[in-house]
Amino acid sequence: MIEIEHLSKTYDGRTVVDDVSMRIADGELVVVVGTSGSGKTTLLRMINRLVEPSAGKVSIDGVDCRAIAPHLLRRQIGYAIQGHGLFPHRTVSQNIATVPGLLGWDKAKISARVDELLSLFQLDPAEFRDRYPGQLSGGQQQRIGVARALAAAPKLLLMDEPFGALDPIIRARAQLDLRDIQRRLGTTIVLVTHDMNEAILLGDRIAVMDQARLLQYDTPRKIVVSPATAFVGELLGSGERPFRLLALQPVRDFVEPGMAEGQPIDANSSLRDALEEALWSGRKAVPVRDASGALLGRVTLETAIRQAAPQR
Amino acid sequence: MKLGLVFRIGTIMLLAVFLLQPDWFAFVFAPMTKNGQPAIYVQNSLLSLTISHLLIVFAATLAASAVAIGLAIAVTRPIGREFLPLSRTIANAGQTFPPVAVLALAVPVLGFGTEPTLLALFLYGLLPIFENALTGLTTVPPQVEEAARGMGMTDRERLWQVELPLALPLILAGVRISAVIAIATAAIGSTVAASTLGEAIIAGLINSNLAFVAQGALVISALAILIHDGIGALERRVGRHLIQG
Repeated sequence: MIEIEHLSKTYDGRTVVDDVSMRIADGELVVVVGTSGSGKTTLLRMINRLVEPSAGKVSIDGVDCRAIAPHLLRRQIGYAIQGHGLFPHRTVSQNIATVPGLLGWDKAKISARVDELLSLFQLDPAEFRDRYPGQLSGGQQQRIGVARALAAAPKLLLMDEPFGALDPIIRARAQLDLRDIQRRLGTTIVLVTHDMNEAILLGDRIAVMDQARLLQYDTPRKIVVSPATAFVGELLGSGERPFRLLALQPVRDFVEPGMAEGQPIDANSSLRDALEEALWSGRKAVPVRDASGALLGRVTLETAIRQAAPQR
Repeated sequence: MKLGLVFRIGTIMLLAVFLLQPDWFAFVFAPMTKNGQPAIYVQNSLLSLTISHLLIVFAATLAASAVAIGLAIAVTRPIGREFLPLSRTIANAGQTFPPVAVLALAVPVLGFGTEPTLLALFLYGLLPIFENALTGLTTVPPQVEEAARGMGMTDRERLWQVELPLALPLILAGVRISAVIAIATAAIGSTVAASTLGEAIIAGLINSNLAFVAQGALVISALAILIHDGIGALERRVGRHLIQG
């Protein structure tokens, strides 16, 4: 568990993070969202002491971060940034091996770990191990950047706009992959973004920051249904609220017995997808199938419309 | 590429044969002489002059590299940053002294011979290496620095594992410029009795023997071209992965 207590940062009398407190449970993916200059990146960088707090403290599993030398602390915490920051003079495997190397792992263990991570990110180790970052596509560079951050199996991973440099199609894929990998490894992630869609898609909890302050720290559903301030509402986009709410609800929870015409949708997709499908094809209900393709029942337009309104 | 290789090997072979058996080339230089002057410089063997010339250049460039790179590292650390302008001024001053002036000033202190030449070449070689090392060390992409710090590298690890390797091609380019300047300038050292290829040129000028001048100058040019080319190839080799996609 990560506890952030009354954390503040002041530069020359200008407060960039103002008395922020939050708790992050193990295995959670917390997204810190805000506009540029909101202090979100500074907050993130105070967790691994790239920025020293002016006041307050961060503790990880009960250990005050100030008790550990900054470089040793950082070796325990994964760190992935926008534009990946891969070392251009090192191969993919040398890049991934950075932190294990600093920690003094032996060669065999490092090389096994590199191959394991490359496979995890769906990159063939034999093909990619000895390439240089300049020989990779943007999406591949980003994946290597995250693989490098995860190399020493940190319990906590910090990510600063990790998908910011990717084009929309690759970004969507990378977001889903991250979610998937996080579920599998159980890593606690704190991710900073300016993109509310990304926050809602990925976050178990969302922390909304503006002008150095934490405005709201809650589940995506709570954020959508009852934004704490007008600014949070603005960030959500008022015209999209029902659809954001639907996007948070998987079809699987609303399947009812019965038949429906036409193309089925996946049980893991959201009610928003079901609504879109139903509206676009002019159907009152859409059949639902599981991952193997077996029909589970149907989801109705009526259900989707009912779920689009917040139940208080 | 193929043609370049042929040219390189050809130059090296030709130079080697000429230095080992200069008499074989007497017919080339004979037309430049008058009144039965000797066609080949034999006061000292051209081979030993070349070796001594190269040793002086090598020693001076090595010393200049060590000092200039050390200085560039020192002034790019947080603790030395305030000395950056001062160090620039000093390195610049080294470059503004004409080498002849350094020689003239150094002789009373160091005496005739190799030492004043070494000093002049050393001072003259500092600036290009320093400036290039400085540029290399200060233009590491910010995300790369950030990632290195974020992963828990200490300042020293960052210097050795990230900053220096990324600056290496530029540093080598500085060494190349310095070495080529030193090859050319070392010849002047013979005016204060350093043993360099300048000796043949000076002897030729004194005796109006164009053949001696041509021999000294041609060997110096060949050395300069080969060193320029050799270090250039090294730069490309270490820099080939550094183009970021």
